[in-house]
Amino acid sequence: MPPELLIRGGRVVDPASGTDATLDVLVRDGVIAATGPSLEARGARVIDAKGLVVTPGFVDLHAHLREPGFEQKGTIATETLAALRGGFTTVCAMPNTLPAPDSAPVVEALLERIARDARARVFPIGCVTRRREGKELAEIGELAASGCVALSDDGSPVADAGLMRRALELAGAAGLVLSEHSDDPVLNAGGVMNEGRVSERLGLKGQPVAAEVTAIARNIALCETSGARLHLAHVSTARSVELVAEAKSRGLPVTCEVTPSHLFLTEDAVFGAGDEPAYDTAAKINPPLRTEADRLALLRALDAGVIDAIATDHAPHAREDKLCEFDLAAPGLSCFETTLGTVMTLVTRGELDFAAAIAALTVNPARAFTLDARVPGLGTLRPGAPGDITIFDPAARWTVDVTRFVSKGRNSALDGTTLTGQVRYVVTGGALAFEMEAAYA
Amino acid sequence: MLELSELHQETRTEEAVAWHRKDLLDTDCLSPAEIELVMETAAAMDEVRSRPVGKVATLRGCTVVTLFYEQSTRTRASFEVAAKAMGADVVNMTASGSSVEKGESLIDTVRTLEAIGADVVVMRHGRSGAPYLAARNTSASIVNGGDGTHAHPTQALLDLYTMRRHVGDLAGKKVVIVGDILHSRVARSNIWTLMAQGAEVVLCGPATLLPRTLAATGERGSCTVTTNFDDAVEGADVVMALRMQKERQQGGLIASIRDYIRGYQLNSARLDRARPGALVMHPGPMNEGIEIAPEVAHGLASVIEEQVSNGVSVRMAVLYLLTAGRRAHAA
Repeated sequence: MPPELLIRGGRVVDPASGTDATLDVLVRDGVIAATGPSLEARGARVIDAKGLVVTPGFVDLHAHLREPGFEQKGTIATETLAALRGGFTTVCAMPNTLPAPDSAPVVEALLERIARDARARVFPIGCVTRRREGKELAEIGELAASGCVALSDDGSPVADAGLMRRALELAGAAGLVLSEHSDDPVLNAGGVMNEGRVSERLGLKGQPVAAEVTAIARNIALCETSGARLHLAHVSTARSVELVAEAKSRGLPVTCEVTPSHLFLTEDAVFGAGDEPAYDTAAKINPPLRTEADRLALLRALDAGVIDAIATDHAPHAREDKLCEFDLAAPGLSCFETTLGTVMTLVTRGELDFAAAIAALTVNPARAFTLDARVPGLGTLRPGAPGDITIFDPAARWTVDVTRFVSKGRNSALDGTTLTGQVRYVVTGGALAFEMEAAYA
Repeated sequence: MLELSELHQETRTEEAVAWHRKDLLDTDCLSPAEIELVMETAAAMDEVRSRPVGKVATLRGCTVVTLFYEQSTRTRASFEVAAKAMGADVVNMTASGSSVEKGESLIDTVRTLEAIGADVVVMRHGRSGAPYLAARNTSASIVNGGDGTHAHPTQALLDLYTMRRHVGDLAGKKVVIVGDILHSRVARSNIWTLMAQGAEVVLCGPATLLPRTLAATGERGSCTVTTNFDDAVEGADVVMALRMQKERQQGGLIASIRDYIRGYQLNSARLDRARPGALVMHPGPMNEGIEIAPEVAHGLASVIEEQVSNGVSVRMAVLYLLTAGRRAHAA
């Protein structure tokens, strides 16, 4: 067991208990021992958190670690280190790997690699269908038994509504939430960015809002039919969150997430800031960056609790995956290391509520995937909860430099952007796992 | 500093506008002065072409590569003739039978061409934005010879040159472009030049092939969108029909070619609604009997063949300005 750790004098924010006060946190035997004023612990290692914010370690419901199969983009070792650096102590790994975790042996092999290499807590997400092909169901009961915390075919939406209904029924019976990238592949065929002003200007094929909205409406209806838990991955449009709000108001077991990219950027990032279009592949993401009206609606929905979680959709890519024609570029951003900065920049601008943001990074995602049932107290600072803690400077201003990423993916649309808010220390399992190098301050 | 005097000795006395661009990627960024410079230079090139020899040595020592990832006959031939008329060495490359087929990236291809000594690379590519990627990664000048459904700047410039020769000042003139606007790089690049000239641009076609956001009122010109060709053509000064690709029917974007012809073929009945003497244009290649009736394509109002001829002069002008700019920069 690591030595005791005393985090002294920070602004402790624990949304689960409603705590937001200057307190000390004592970590002992790998778990939270106490939170309170003026705690004493002889021999404990002390972290001076004066001026810093102390929260439960962040929980990410949607990340791509790339291993096995795409180690040139990222590995469990590199990407979980990037997660820690971004304040994420728990990561749910999406199944778009090769092989994809669609059976127990693949999940077991993945868990072995995680046990060996992961620097953060990693939960695997299993496939809905075999090889994520949307044709035959994966063995959902076995996936649940082997340790998957959720099911998803990731970027391949389950197009067949009948199959989706059966998948939800079986997932519900197995106690797993189904996380769905809601998209109509026919409406979206060939689309590479939001359909609208910028796509028409650039001559790029658009992804219409209706492709996401119709799929969300369908999936909510199937959630109601099956009674099973549905999680809507990375909602991106104003209309999407209206549908979620309506579903929640009727008591349906629906949760959803938003990415920091969709909260911070719009379709204009594809054009770029200059007079001439940039066709910036760094801003290519699926679902696409939408309009300013959509972005503002997502922020309001997060404030209102309609959106449960901020999930990174961290998607590292190799250089050549992005250094090509826009149509051919891989979608996704490497964003573990910039998420807190984007979130706190939005808070600083007054666009996002601080308490809502911290809840969406901690207890709310833990509950959405019932991770707290697997690890009691996950996402909170209550006594007995895991000693997973993130300590950040809410006011530090820093400029994103992708060459300093520890992620293998340097595909950020924020390179050169000055952000507010930076992770200083991360504690996992009661031990200090990351301390920002002085040089990076 | 650019000097046209070697080409056009009688009229030019001073040259206030220099060409600073390394590349020509689209018309949207061209200032009115830059457009004027291209038009004036193209007129000088017309004069060169009218001489008995029809050639100058202005680009001797320059290497122009045509890099075509898509099939094209007229655009490539037009650039090749233009470059050779000024004494440039021309190398033609196609995607098939080259390193491109072996999986070489676009960036590596243009860097290789630069290393071989290409001064100008004329590029046609099926992906919108590809020439921008190329331009950012080479010091060679990139000329966009058509990228995906985005832009075709030299076509728009030759269209403008042709219109001005017949219509004169385009301010307040009605220019109707009919066809598959949504997927047309010709239409897009024309919108920017024509609006800059103060023209009243009307984009017309089936609802499935029309953009929803390009309608605009500019500082001078305007751009409107309509599905009613019969109304749109009323009083038009210029009517430009676009090629109707048969794949659009397979893609479900139009019900049938027959239905398209009914609503959008430029025929003599429709042309009668335009202003008397209105110009008929087409960027080619034509599907006669589909988007344009043969009697209109070859009628008195048609300047379609002249467009092709003017294309050589305009492309000479573009190649000249880019290489003169490069030389001025190197000096």
